[in-house]
Amino acid sequence: MLRIPCPFCGTRDHSEFSYGGDASVDYPALDAPAEAWLEAVFQRENIDGVQEETWQHLHGCRMWIIVERDTRTHEIHSVRPAHPGMAQTQSPERGPADRS
Amino acid sequence: MTARRLPNSGHIDRTQALSFTWDGEPLKGYAGDTLASALLANNQQVLGRSFKYHRPRGLMSAGVEESGALVTVGQGARRDANVRATTQELYHGLVAQGQNAWPSVRLDVGAVNGLFGRFFSAGFYYKTFMGLPPFEWGRGTGMWMRYEKIIRKAAGMGKASRAPDPDPYEHAHAYCELLVVGSGPAGRAAALSAAQAGLDVVLVEQDAVLGGDSLSQPQARADLAQEIKTLSTAGVRLMPRTTAFGLYDGGVAGLLERVTDHVATPAPWMPRQRFWTLRAQYTVVAAGALERHVAFGNNDRPGVMTANSARIYLNRFGIRGGEDILIATNNDSAYSCAQNLAQAGAHIKLIDARDTVPRQLRAQAEQSGIALHTGMAPLNALGTKGVTAVELAQGNPGNWRQAGVVECDLALISGGWSPIVNLLSHRGIQPVWDAQQACFLPAPTTEPLALAGSAAGIWDQAACVRSGQAATQCALAHLAGQPVPKADQPSGGWEGAITPLYEVSVPRRNPKAFVDPQHDVTTEDIRLAHREGYVSVEHLKRYTTLGMATDQGKMGNIIGLALMAQALGKEIPEVGTTTFRPPYTPISIGALKGRNIGGHFRPLRRTPLHDWNLKQGGTMTMAGLWHRPWYFAGTGETIGDAYVREAETVRRTVGLCDVTSLGKIAIQGPDATELLNRVYSNPFAKLPVGKARYGIMLRDDGFVMDDGTSWRLGETEYFMTTTTAHAGKVMAFLEELLQTRWSNLRVHVTSVSEQWAGVAVAGPLSRQVLESCTEDPGCVADSTLPFMGVLETTLKGGIPCRIARISFSGERAFEVYVPSDFGPTVMQALWDSARPLRGCLYGLEALGALRIEKGHVTGAELDGRVTVEDAGLGRMASDKKSYIGSALRKRPDMTRKNRPRLVGIFPRDRREIFNAGSLLCAADHVEGYGEGWITAVTHSPALGHWIGLGFINGGYGEWQNREVIAADPLRKGNTGVEIVSPHMFDADGERVYG
Amino acid sequence: MKAYSAWNVFLNGLSGQKGWTRAWRDPEPRAEYDVVIVGAGLHGLASAYYLAKNHGITNIAVLEKGWLGGGNGGRNTTIVRSNYMMPGNREFYEHSLKLWEELSHDLNYNVMFSQRAHVTLLHSPAARDGAARRYNTMRLTGSDGELWDLPTLKRHIPHLNYDADARFPIIGATVQPRAGTARHDAVAWGYARAADQRGVDIIQNCEVTGVDRCDGQVSGLQTNRGVIRAKKVGFAVAGNTSRLWRMAELGKLPIESHKLQAFVSEPLKPLLDQVVVFGVGGAHFYISQSDKGGMVFGGDLDWYKSYAQRGNLPLVQDVAECATSILPCLGRVRLLRHWSGVMDMSMDGSPFLCKTPLNNLYLNAGWNYGGFKASPASGWYFADLIANDRPDPVIANHTLERFAQGVNIDERGAGPDPKLHG
Repeated sequence: MLRIPCPFCGTRDHSEFSYGGDASVDYPALDAPAEAWLEAVFQRENIDGVQEETWQHLHGCRMWIIVERDTRTHEIHSVRPAHPGMAQTQSPERGPADRS
Repeated sequence: MTARRLPNSGHIDRTQALSFTWDGEPLKGYAGDTLASALLANNQQVLGRSFKYHRPRGLMSAGVEESGALVTVGQGARRDANVRATTQELYHGLVAQGQNAWPSVRLDVGAVNGLFGRFFSAGFYYKTFMGLPPFEWGRGTGMWMRYEKIIRKAAGMGKASRAPDPDPYEHAHAYCELLVVGSGPAGRAAALSAAQAGLDVVLVEQDAVLGGDSLSQPQARADLAQEIKTLSTAGVRLMPRTTAFGLYDGGVAGLLERVTDHVATPAPWMPRQRFWTLRAQYTVVAAGALERHVAFGNNDRPGVMTANSARIYLNRFGIRGGEDILIATNNDSAYSCAQNLAQAGAHIKLIDARDTVPRQLRAQAEQSGIALHTGMAPLNALGTKGVTAVELAQGNPGNWRQAGVVECDLALISGGWSPIVNLLSHRGIQPVWDAQQACFLPAPTTEPLALAGSAAGIWDQAACVRSGQAATQCALAHLAGQPVPKADQPSGGWEGAITPLYEVSVPRRNPKAFVDPQHDVTTEDIRLAHREGYVSVEHLKRYTTLGMATDQGKMGNIIGLALMAQALGKEIPEVGTTTFRPPYTPISIGALKGRNIGGHFRPLRRTPLHDWNLKQGGTMTMAGLWHRPWYFAGTGETIGDAYVREAETVRRTVGLCDVTSLGKIAIQGPDATELLNRVYSNPFAKLPVGKARYGIMLRDDGFVMDDGTSWRLGETEYFMTTTTAHAGKVMAFLEELLQTRWSNLRVHVTSVSEQWAGVAVAGPLSRQVLESCTEDPGCVADSTLPFMGVLETTLKGGIPCRIARISFSGERAFEVYVPSDFGPTVMQALWDSARPLRGCLYGLEALGALRIEKGHVTGAELDGRVTVEDAGLGRMASDKKSYIGSALRKRPDMTRKNRPRLVGIFPRDRREIFNAGSLLCAADHVEGYGEGWITAVTHSPALGHWIGLGFINGGYGEWQNREVIAADPLRKGNTGVEIVSPHMFDADGERVYG
Repeated sequence: MKAYSAWNVFLNGLSGQKGWTRAWRDPEPRAEYDVVIVGAGLHGLASAYYLAKNHGITNIAVLEKGWLGGGNGGRNTTIVRSNYMMPGNREFYEHSLKLWEELSHDLNYNVMFSQRAHVTLLHSPAARDGAARRYNTMRLTGSDGELWDLPTLKRHIPHLNYDADARFPIIGATVQPRAGTARHDAVAWGYARAADQRGVDIIQNCEVTGVDRCDGQVSGLQTNRGVIRAKKVGFAVAGNTSRLWRMAELGKLPIESHKLQAFVSEPLKPLLDQVVVFGVGGAHFYISQSDKGGMVFGGDLDWYKSYAQRGNLPLVQDVAECATSILPCLGRVRLLRHWSGVMDMSMDGSPFLCKTPLNNLYLNAGWNYGGFKASPASGWYFADLIANDRPDPVIANHTLERFAQGVNIDERGAGPDPKLHG
């Protein structure tokens, strides 16, 4: 079981969350050319190591979060809200440092 | 073997005699016995038969590593196959029998296999059984399938019941700061020191009794009881009969607690077993070590067992396993066993493969009257169903010569010890060979766990206690976020060094010597694997099946690795080892599933109108996780009668349908319009307040994701409906877009699917029904609520509601949403006004019929491979704006002319029926992929015959007036059909206004 | 090399098994080969075998960083079937099934392909109609497929959960009688032995550490055993494709690595004679019984990207729930072992057997968790692709360009999300 420290709810089992995907994917503007969309939708780095990825706390606060995780060991290094505005509202005490 | 229960010793309760039966024979044991100890006390020698050769097998151990005494316990639906007699607690009335044998384990006809053993070498089955013998003539798999039938019957061990398991199980969750696995001296020391330091500690012990190795020490009973009381007082949560079967990510341990497996008649409300998911911040593995066997001739005979198991039977169960006992060892540990047995009155002959033995041990042995011979090892056990004598060898490992025979009724072997590193292996921590202790120990790790006691290769008891305390210091440091100290207890602790001993053999004699006894893997099999190039440990394992039996290599793995290393001329660490996988010991699938079975397998979603629908005679059907009304049969009606009547009624008067399961999303915020305009493929920028619009969402890749409606309730507020199937997916997608891609949009989305009950009111008289239910009857007039109009108003009784004039049936129709709690009241009110109008309730089947007549698509058509154009909705998709999927929806293959397009289908002979799932083929070419397929069919009451929807290459225009066959070789065969426009009824859509 | 036959088993029984020789050699790598396949899994070994057998190319090396057959070939649930529907997939898997049927004879190695029938349970009329399209397509394209009604299903498998109160009552099943299971390790060993016999060098413990490029093609492979030059190179390294792709400096791929768990129970006397598949309500579960007697079963992915070959408990629990939901007698059967493998999950659930931006590099990847049954045809068509430098029409859509083309061969229609396929 991965134990994910949700920035809003605290540490929870990963079964409460749903995995999104590679957070490094930069989705282009809607009117960007098809090539840019092909790249974003289909092409992946598929990192073997620490990657940033999106998860949603589906059965919790429903917030999307960015998890920095090692895909070889499943060790989680950091977690932050995906929404930049939300990330700003996080005080350092409640942030990803809460690993308990 | 002449085992005897001794008076007054052991941890059993002699005041509580228990009756049980073994292979039909009534026997007696005591409370505190295992089935194995009770059978031993009753002098039962042959308890099992091996996998391949059906050799007689007896007890080989006293614990979880048991590889010989696998029995079947219980009867009928409660029959448990492959139970290790050594871990099954005895209870009154226990019924056990032998398995993998006929007629019994004592007289097994299958033993004839042993005569052909020379042909049944490792992997022989890969070399034959392909075709007709002797040269494997023939083709195909026919011959193999015949052989396979026989092989399958011969293979397997116990026989499982085919009846449903009647026992309940449960799943529990727990948290702690420190998990300690094992209640031996090290585990107890760790738990106590941690609890005293204020940690929240869970101590799990797979055995029924806490104590671990202390239980097999003579006269420890009172002290141990006191120690355990202290643990409990200190606040340690003690969990006996609980196996930590696996360590997983995030400090999670899987535990299996056996709640009633030892109880004669459990209370019916008690779970049989409990599966715990325990989240620990730190784990101390003090799981102990397992004594190893040695491969020598006929080392699998009943009466040959590990030395420590005899010590356990003696000190814990008060049973002396034999009278004339040969003990063979290569290390110090067997000496205390020898001494205990000698003190219990057995004649002991102790042979030690080492040339020199520590002086103190030698003196102790002599004092106890034990005959000690060094430089000797067992060569071959004699006797068939029980050992009668052992031929000995003299010399040293690798250079043995035969040296006489010693008579005995019990032969005890100690080939060294293997620390139980399985749980660390689960964490991907590689074992490293410790040549000094001749065992694998885990590599250093940064995981939050520590080893203690003999699991860390520490053999001395005082050092084990210290290692437990040291492990607690590691835990405390970790929890305090400080650097974790290194383990300061070195492995070892014997006075004399171990001499590695894996196999004893002499030239020109090759009796079968077993490495993995349960699977009949012999030393020759290992060498054959080597000769044939299966030299990687994984190849060795898979080719010979070494380590694949129910003990998963606990008994034989190291011997196998050592023999392979020897054959390769390498050292054991160069050969490596296979990975231990969870579970540590086999656990029932029943426990893992907990309570989520039968009707509870998946949550059942019911609408607020569920009971109301049932009361009206509704029959339910599945729609994803939902139960939705399927049809409402009148007296004597079949489903066919009912849905045709319902659909016909909707077109004639009015019908009511529970549509609550549709997904409903509240969309609020200044940028709500912008959001909708970006996610729908059709324009939403100019939808006026008070209007609804049908919308189609695409995926990023440009294929259709979902369709639904959005109602503009205000400048900044919308109410979105989705399909039932995709409600969750659409919601999560909107949240993802707003939080990850479009964080600048000021919009909030909330799922309100549960908050609103929904009813479709459809049919020419639908307005009358609503008029009599709304507080202001005029609000649903055509002028105030035209087609696609939206209204927030109140129903009689002050019930707030939302109404949109939306139609899925093609009739004048409304969707009415009320807060869920009002659902049944409102439905009743609507029904009270619809019934006098000769209206009906209708279900999914009629809903389907109505929508097929109109050519409206649902999940059957929108299967994830369909474009907007394929679905006949291409005109809706905007070319003027950009939206999700717009960039990729025009890729070359998606805009190809002859893509399958949505069409309607009529049977050529209008009396004919045809099936969904049929392929549409040109009449002169009924083969291959055909030209399309049928997604849905119904009898159309409006048209008076069967109709269907489907897709065909190029669409209606291509196939108009051409002969087409609906091919259904699976069911009905061929039916002549014609391709028509998908809008099969009221193509101009006049009724929706009428 | 001695042929495998009952006769030779008998003779070796008499001679103490002394007559058997190595199943494959342990050669030192040569400096250069005509073809180097990276990855001695089922697909790589099969490719080498068919290159030698069908195309007469024998100067081949198969490089393996660990032990041959040690990837997903050695850790799967061994199901072989061809119940595919989409053009291209259909022909491909049918060809594979036909190769499976003769594989033991062809390789002179008993891969124990047991055509015991693959039974997919149905729970609703809508699901039955959806499945009917698939099985009708199979029938009309020359394969086998049946629809079993409830009485027929009960006759064949009497101990499934037919309870009308079950969460998802069973109404029947679609069946492919020619489908079944095979002994996964034996397939790797059989291909390895047969390829070796034809001169292929299988080089184990040889890890590729770098890809040398020159003039738009691969000039050689850096390995821990030195540089190996190759005229043509094929990658067949499921689970590690992206790593190798990066070594070749080719950027990204439409692949993510996910892990799939698998499970085996203690050995039992025959309890289930078919492969049974159960998928409804978001569940996905498949089970069969090995010839050794273990119940072999599995479910879905763990749902998050991973290169770790170990799984977690939520999926274990989910699979146990599925198991006992359809076979309630399994409650008392004990799980012996569970493990996991790393899957190349592609963006449309479909594989790549294709040319690459480098003109002598070929890619065999993206099998999701359906690669086992594909092995023979994968090897067959990959060999053909490498030998002739052009794809057979059957694999015309198994390219990296299909996304740009908008070609959809996704059997599940799940969309561009690797975790949703399988």
